[in-house]
Amino acid sequence: ASQQLDTFSSTALKLSLCSRVGKFDGKKTERQCVAHKIYVKKHIIDIFSVLIFLIVYHKRSPRVGKFTEDILLNFLKFSNFFCHCEQVHELFSKSGDVKRIIIGLDKIKKTACGFCFVEYYTRGDAEHAMRFINGTRLDDRIIRTDWDAGFKEGRQFGRGKSGGQVRDEYRQDYDPARGGYGKLAQQHRPTEVRNSF
Amino acid sequence: MKYLRRALKTSIELLLGVAVCMRHQENNLLIPERERGQAHKRRRTSEPIEIEDRLESLICRVGEKSTSSLESNLEGLAGVLEADLPNYKSKILRILCAVARLLPEKLTVYTTLVGLLNARNYNFGGEFVEAMIRQLKETLKNNLYSEAVYLVRFLSDLVNCHVIAAPSMVAMFENFVSVTQEEDVPQVRSDWFVYVVLSCLPWVGKELYEKKDVEMDRLLSQIEGYLKRRVKTHVPMLQVWTADKPHPQEEYLDCLWAQIQKLKKDRWQERHILRPYIAFDSVLCEALQHNLPPFTPPGHMPDAQYPMPRVIFRVFDYTDAPEGPVMPGSHSVERFVIEENLHCIIKTHWKERKTCAAQLLSYPGKNKIPLNYHIVEVIFGELFQLPSPPHIDVMYTTLLIELCKLQPGSLPQVLAQATEMLYMRLDTMNTTCIDRLINWFSHHLSNFQFRWSWDDWSDCLTVDLEKPKPKFVKEVLEKCMRLSYHQRIVDIVPPTFSALIPADPIFTYKYPDESASSLPGYPMSITVSNAIKNRASNEEILTVLKEVPNPNQEDDDDEGESFNPLKIDVFLQTLLNLAAKSFSHSFSALGKFHEILKTLANSDEGKLHLLKVLYEVWRNHPQMIAVLVDKLIRTQVVDCAAVANWLFSQDMAHEFTRLFIWEILHSTIRKMNKHVQKIQKELEEAKDKLEKQQHKRRDSGDDEDMDKNSEDEEGQLEEQIERLQEKVESAQSEQKNLFLVIFQRFIMLLTEHLVRCETGSVDISTPWYKNGIERLQQIFLMHHATIQQYMGTLENLLFTAELDHHILAVYQQFCALQL
Repeated sequence: ASQQLDTFSSTALKLSLCSRVGKFDGKKTERQCVAHKIYVKKHIIDIFSVLIFLIVYHKRSPRVGKFTEDILLNFLKFSNFFCHCEQVHELFSKSGDVKRIIIGLDKIKKTACGFCFVEYYTRGDAEHAMRFINGTRLDDRIIRTDWDAGFKEGRQFGRGKSGGQVRDEYRQDYDPARGGYGKLAQQHRPTEVRNSF
Repeated sequence: MKYLRRALKTSIELLLGVAVCMRHQENNLLIPERERGQAHKRRRTSEPIEIEDRLESLICRVGEKSTSSLESNLEGLAGVLEADLPNYKSKILRILCAVARLLPEKLTVYTTLVGLLNARNYNFGGEFVEAMIRQLKETLKNNLYSEAVYLVRFLSDLVNCHVIAAPSMVAMFENFVSVTQEEDVPQVRSDWFVYVVLSCLPWVGKELYEKKDVEMDRLLSQIEGYLKRRVKTHVPMLQVWTADKPHPQEEYLDCLWAQIQKLKKDRWQERHILRPYIAFDSVLCEALQHNLPPFTPPGHMPDAQYPMPRVIFRVFDYTDAPEGPVMPGSHSVERFVIEENLHCIIKTHWKERKTCAAQLLSYPGKNKIPLNYHIVEVIFGELFQLPSPPHIDVMYTTLLIELCKLQPGSLPQVLAQATEMLYMRLDTMNTTCIDRLINWFSHHLSNFQFRWSWDDWSDCLTVDLEKPKPKFVKEVLEKCMRLSYHQRIVDIVPPTFSALIPADPIFTYKYPDESASSLPGYPMSITVSNAIKNRASNEEILTVLKEVPNPNQEDDDDEGESFNPLKIDVFLQTLLNLAAKSFSHSFSALGKFHEILKTLANSDEGKLHLLKVLYEVWRNHPQMIAVLVDKLIRTQVVDCAAVANWLFSQDMAHEFTRLFIWEILHSTIRKMNKHVQKIQKELEEAKDKLEKQQHKRRDSGDDEDMDKNSEDEEGQLEEQIERLQEKVESAQSEQKNLFLVIFQRFIMLLTEHLVRCETGSVDISTPWYKNGIERLQQIFLMHHATIQQYMGTLENLLFTAELDHHILAVYQQFCALQL
């Protein structure tokens, strides 16, 4: 079944993404991301670096279509919530043609919360991104990329209890670009204020 | 036996002082990348495999940083390998042949090792030489010319290690140089054989001259004669700068020849190459030497792909390194050896930038040379190489960042100095190279908070903004903005640079409010806008659009299906305005209303007008234009030729020198090429399948049912192949047409300019012209492999003798590249 992907702004007009992600020869392609082969690397959860990315490579199952199209997703996490699609597109285009970018959202607020998926047309391009863009900076923050197990509807939402990324639940430092203190730390702060007298 | 194994293991660890563990696998280049991570899984497998892996690891790691000296490591390793020869000879042969081919920067380390082994075991030496010759033949057959160079160089250094007799090496060189006497072969073929011989001489010239000076003199004079009569039409197309000052951009063979001449004058004294075999001279000179079997270079095959000629990139000379060791002169052989080794290191390690940076910075003999300068020069040389860099552009950016991280006290300054020098010479720099410089510099700055002393470049503000320097700064700032945001750019440059700051990338709507009410499309834009917001279907919107009057139309009209520019204008402007918020919104919009767009743009004029409107609304946001054009091509709303026609149209003439235009054009050509390749691949796969099917049927015997089924399948496959064949032909025809359109437009524009200048007696070399003619060159250079197929048509239709000689020269230089 074709899937509709809503765009991500809660304010502007909602335009539904057509399921026809056109191929060059005009054939209709359903966005059926059947994972035939999945390379999943361990998460690199680094408390001091700011971003975690996941890159996905999956081959279309031979049952589905005559041709195999390499769909590769880079799943990347930003440190800065205000990073835009355009910056990501510009940067990741340096390693090859970007097919699609899906910005990660806070589950509750539906605003950007610092991660996204980047999808390439070929595996080679995603490999180049892993080699040469991973670990460099975007908007002054180090970004990290990793292989991802395939984008599915619903995966664009943060899985932290408060709706954002898990790492932002536990973050102790104050980072204005990431919404201030981490969620747990925010809960503790009122106690400190009370004790100051 | 087991005891011996254990004893060997301990002795290995003692001698080499290296903890042998599977972690070495991660850096072992002989294992494909994917398998390296799984090396730990092999720990539990059988012992022989363990031993083999250990041998591989030991051999690959010799010569790297170690607590013991290189000589003692080599001695120890030779002992270990000699002991393992009875059981693992073929494996050891294989590994040594592989390192000769894949680790050329450690050439002399491995030749010494082979020399020591030969001294201990004459037969092994002979077998190794034979294996190398076999490998050389294979690499030549498979068009692996750079690896073949490394193999020949390895063999020649074996002369220094007393493994190969000098006269037999000279004989091989003589056979190579005799290729210059061949007739009707491409020049690049004889070029390569001459290059191989010359590039071995820094290593072995002294030894060969001592033993066979008469023959060597004859060889060199033959080479000199060849170099004099070589055709060099291709050189201007490959030069990074058009000016000869301060550094001439020499053709690579000319430069190497000058370096060898100087070496000869210095009586073959070469002091830079690390030669571990000297320490073992007493052992090695006792060894018996082998003769190389007579080697006839394989004949020329029509599908051979010889390496393209190059131009040697120079940006520094000995006056540029202010303190510390002096940079060897441009014609000194040391310069050649250093650059060659640095290129080899990059070639070996380019996929792992941390290792690559570390290896570059730990170059042996680095204390005697200004290593940072050499590294920066070599990296920029590769980045600016024409037709294209050996590796993907972004690799060089991250490599330089990595190097800056490892040498924060010295390398950034050298890099800044180089950037400054490149800026100063922009006026004569090839436009393609300027593009790469723009991309590199902006990406680099984005990793360092955009810190730069812009005031140093304020000279660019005083000249015409179309000149290379201000144009460069403008494009850099635009790229920097794409990696950040508009206000950031405003903040980082001094106020004096405001003329060069890119426009704020906002949407320009024709029908924003009441103020536009006088425009003919205004009322309809409101209707369409509401229709879209109310989620009207495509049919409903098309019905609405039928009401749009056609400014071109006569009164007695048909359905209104013909080209209506106002309809396109109203619909696209309104749609893109609603979707202007982000890329995702715009992509969604194009996707949802794909049918309408296709209907509106179903003629050539329609497609052209669509693109025109797209440009009008997003003219401040070139990045958006590029991604939307990409989407329109991929969804077949517009075709590639339409995009090319649009870019060359009069409406876009004022943007003709901007970088984004050319990025769109090259991206369009690439999409076309990939499309053709994809269908060709499908055709090949179908053909293979059919062949397999036919084989199966032949082998399966006379089963009637099977026969019927497979006949059906074969019939289906044959049909499919026929269809795909048609598809390939039509795709290729479209591709050829695209190139014809592009070249035709170039010729028209450039000829117009040349004629105008001639009649007005004005100098033709305006900044516009320089950009134009070099952009034409760029088409040839960036897509040379594809264009080769259509040379006949191009020559007959477009690049005829009647063409202005300035334009024809570009075509002739291109032809000369592979001759």
